[in-house]
Amino acid sequence: MEPLGDELAREGIELELFIQAMHRRHGYDFSQYAPASLRRRVRQLAERFGCDSISALTGRALHEPKLLPQLLEGLSVPVSDMFRDPAVFRALREKVLPLLASYPQINIWQAGCAHGEEVYSLAILLEEEGLYERSRIFATDLSANALRQAEEGIYPLREAKQWSRNYQAAGGTRSLVDYYNARYDLLKLDDQLRRNITFAQHNLASDRVFCEAHLVLCRNVLIYFSNPLQDHCLALFRDSLVRGGFLCLGMCESIDFADSAGDFAAADASLRIYRLAANGAAMAAP
Amino acid sequence: MMNAAAIVVGCSTGGLDALKLLLGGLDRRLPQPLLVCCHTGSETIELLCELLGRVSALPVIAAAERHAVRGGHVQLAPTGYHLLVEPDRRFALTTDPRVNHSRPSIDVLFASAATVWREALIGVVLTGASADGAEGLRLVRRAGGCAIVQSPADAQIPVMPQAALDRAGADYCVPLNDIPPLLNRLCLP
Ligand SMILES: C[S@@+](CC[C@H](N)C(=O)[O-])C[C@H]1O[C@@H](n2cnc3c(N)ncnc32)[C@H](O)[C@@H]1O
Repeated sequence: MEPLGDELAREGIELELFIQAMHRRHGYDFSQYAPASLRRRVRQLAERFGCDSISALTGRALHEPKLLPQLLEGLSVPVSDMFRDPAVFRALREKVLPLLASYPQINIWQAGCAHGEEVYSLAILLEEEGLYERSRIFATDLSANALRQAEEGIYPLREAKQWSRNYQAAGGTRSLVDYYNARYDLLKLDDQLRRNITFAQHNLASDRVFCEAHLVLCRNVLIYFSNPLQDHCLALFRDSLVRGGFLCLGMCESIDFADSAGDFAAADASLRIYRLAANGAAMAAP
Repeated sequence: MMNAAAIVVGCSTGGLDALKLLLGGLDRRLPQPLLVCCHTGSETIELLCELLGRVSALPVIAAAERHAVRGGHVQLAPTGYHLLVEPDRRFALTTDPRVNHSRPSIDVLFASAATVWREALIGVVLTGASADGAEGLRLVRRAGGCAIVQSPADAQIPVMPQAALDRAGADYCVPLNDIPPLLNRLCLP
């Protein structure tokens, strides 16, 4: 057996070459992703494609351009839930939306929307708070496949129980059942919820600001990025947000090492809800 | 005695009691970081930190994303995330799909720790009702690290240690009571 040290060193080279191939052949740059989990996902992707090494996968990535959507889907992690971390959605409902209500038009950007679970959760919040008519949600992701599924709004019915509990815990005023139809083992969300959502492909690593947002929701996406790319994204969010606009990150994310974190003030530190400070001065909690 | 740089511990059902005993018996001079993945089923990790902190010889904290792994501290994987160690010895979290029906998964933590610390890693598998940790412990040994498994007969639930033994074998297979002194011996100069 090859000594593990040699094996890991070789795999490290293969991984670098794969990343280069994705960048130069397809224009997707994964070099700034956090290495430990990227290595894991590329390994899994190689396995799924029946390749016995990362080099073999690189070969296919170079020679079979139509594999790109599947490669992107495998490299990204479109895993989500409706109203995951209910306390966050409750805070959005009770603390953030009332402040956004002062704007005639509310723009929300959800970056890294995966299969759309959170964007529909937001739509429900806005609907119930009577704000949806004047809201627009931009839901973006790197993966076209994920976006296509997000647009459909169809999920396994077995999730309904947990999601209903989450919805209630997040201060839901009705019942989640009111928002979907169940057929066989699937649930389909009400088409009405989609009416003010725009789904679009957007790469946080390379694409630019495209809207003026009052709230940016980007949960459990930056955790996949190394510090410099995380910082780049925070700057992107800063430049997208109106003054006093809100940023909501995942519950376990840390921005302690990002320069751009200085542009934000914690509105609720434990829920990772921040507010763009006006002229860099820290703002009071809402 | 070995040149241990870090310890990783995995457990599930029955893990709380086992961890209390394990952490209570450690020498408070241990300089190594001790990373724990316990499938708790609780909503947050803070409660577990507090419970264990009361009895542990070393301070118990939740592993914080992007922060450096801390020597002389017990660091727990937060509920709902996989915990990994980066090559620069900082923590990373992911919401990748569950592994062995678990997130955090012991296999994920052990695999990344084995990549980082190689032969200087000690992996410990305790009581539990799934086979999570078995593949991770195999990787720890494959990298030259040391494997300690609680003897299944001694475990509240024997499934996890038995699966680890079947898949990875062990350098030490001992009752829980013997694990703290063993770690102290292996880890103190
Ligand atoms: C774990 S999901 C997060 C889903 C949801 N926000 C949540 O917390 O439940 C991460 C998402 O980020 C997306 N993503 C990864 N890299 C990206 C990038 N460079 N630009 C945009 N989206 C990206 C992935 O495609 C994936 O859908």
